[in-house]
Amino acid sequence: MTTLSHKRNWSAYLFLAPSYIPLIAFLVIPMVAAVLLSFTEWDLLTSPEWIGFANFTELFRDKSFYSSLGNTLYFIAGYLPIVYILGLAAALALNSKFKGSGWIRAAYFLPVITSWVVVALLWKWILNPQGGLVNSALASFGITGPGWWTSTTWAMPSVILASAWKDLGYVMLILLAGLQAIPPEYKEAAAIDGASQWQILRKITMPLLTPSTFFVLVISLINNFQVFDQFWIMTEGGPEGSTTVILHNIVSNSFNYGRMGYASAMSMALFAIILIITLVQLRLQKRWVNYDS
Amino acid sequence: MTLNKSPLRYIGRPALIFGAIIMIFPFFWMGSSSLKDEAEAFATPPTLIPKAATLENFRKLTEYLDIQQLMINSIVVSVTVTFLQLLTSSMAGYAFARMNFRGKNFLFLTYMVTMMIPMQVIIVPLFIEMKYLKLVDSLVGLGLPMIASAFGAFFMRQAMMSIPKEIEEAARIDGAGHFRIFFKIAIPLTIPALSALFILAFMSVWNAFLWPLVIIFSPEKMTLPLGLANLHGQYATDWPLVMAGTTVSVIPIAVIYLLLQKQITQSFLTAGLKG
Repeated sequence: MTTLSHKRNWSAYLFLAPSYIPLIAFLVIPMVAAVLLSFTEWDLLTSPEWIGFANFTELFRDKSFYSSLGNTLYFIAGYLPIVYILGLAAALALNSKFKGSGWIRAAYFLPVITSWVVVALLWKWILNPQGGLVNSALASFGITGPGWWTSTTWAMPSVILASAWKDLGYVMLILLAGLQAIPPEYKEAAAIDGASQWQILRKITMPLLTPSTFFVLVISLINNFQVFDQFWIMTEGGPEGSTTVILHNIVSNSFNYGRMGYASAMSMALFAIILIITLVQLRLQKRWVNYDS
Repeated sequence: MTLNKSPLRYIGRPALIFGAIIMIFPFFWMGSSSLKDEAEAFATPPTLIPKAATLENFRKLTEYLDIQQLMINSIVVSVTVTFLQLLTSSMAGYAFARMNFRGKNFLFLTYMVTMMIPMQVIIVPLFIEMKYLKLVDSLVGLGLPMIASAFGAFFMRQAMMSIPKEIEEAARIDGAGHFRIFFKIAIPLTIPALSALFILAFMSVWNAFLWPLVIIFSPEKMTLPLGLANLHGQYATDWPLVMAGTTVSVIPIAVIYLLLQKQITQSFLTAGLKG
């Protein structure tokens, strides 16, 4: 019996090795390396130099870091309410099936499966200050449109708009699944008791939708603290750094300025933010999420 | 039901349809712009349907961009990486779901912890590692970090836990070993989970941008998203040309989506709710 379980042991490791080895090599080792690198100064040309906490003290005083953090927060603060409210509205309207509802759902989902590069290029063209669809349409009514992604005021709203357009369908899909999990009897019972549509939405649907809402919130925060592609294409972080987000700052420091150590310290800060959000939300979850048992 | 009778329907449905038009219209505009000459593309007021439709932009596209090579690179990397990710994930899932071995809990914990490391956070050391492995600017270097997925292993474990023990025992009595059981029983019985994972893995590799941007420099090794970004970088103001590029790249994905609509939305949902 012992020999048998011993034999089984080895085949288990054989089953695990093909995923375990790459995960260690390309995820765990780089993660450990990122921690170590954050205590060094290294331009990849000379040998790395151990400088203790110098990168972190610099980080806490670095205006460009705070500005990229602020830009990321600005992005999330604009993006999140828009995708949530519109996603919820679309999910509520789609909750009852009708002729053609499948096609409408597909229309909302098409941008989700399109690559960010395509979406960013498309919206950059639509919002092109000269000859773009929006400004040309405005011009035919005699209105001069703003400079969109070329303007320090409008660049961020431009990217928020494109991002909300792309992700709306995903948020809608998650909320729709949440809505469909609510037993119709609840709403029917409330309607028989004379509750209005608004009361049913507020007192029954929304509380029972909190797990989905919570999921959307967690995923959006985690994903969007690492937002990058759309900014790289649409604004390149400009104008005047008004749309430089954290990950963009990391990429510039490492691959443009050759500051591998400092970029790693910044990555650690980003990782810490993501970790804190996850932990805080795991705690809050118990308090305000209703899981229908 | 009650909601169907509500007066909200009269605002809800038209708003929903209006929203759907807003979701689709930019794609229409992309195609329309790709068929215009430069003068018409920038005209005020804008024309919805090109007055003098031309395929000139598509001809220029094949001249400026080796779109065929980009497609081949994207397909080769996405298919290979997805296939390997499915294999490594289902093998690990099988071990965790159906086998007993020493260190199982610890190893499972390792997978759960690695699931929390975002690739974006380790992009700098990963690039340095690839430099040492002499894999910078190669499709192997591009694909290698994505051949295993802790999420995939976890996802497949969940699927393989639901295989009835009796089926496995019957096969064992017939003398089948773990490899036979894995290929003949576990894999065929988890096809739905595997296809959901296939769709998610394929899309994430196909659409990947930051890692390819960091690791690939040569135009002939670029994937489709990178090639399009590069085209825009070079011909920033030639929007009809850029729109021809995005149109060509969107068509295959849109066709696949329309064919596999149900499966694709469903896989986003299962992964979303389990991940």
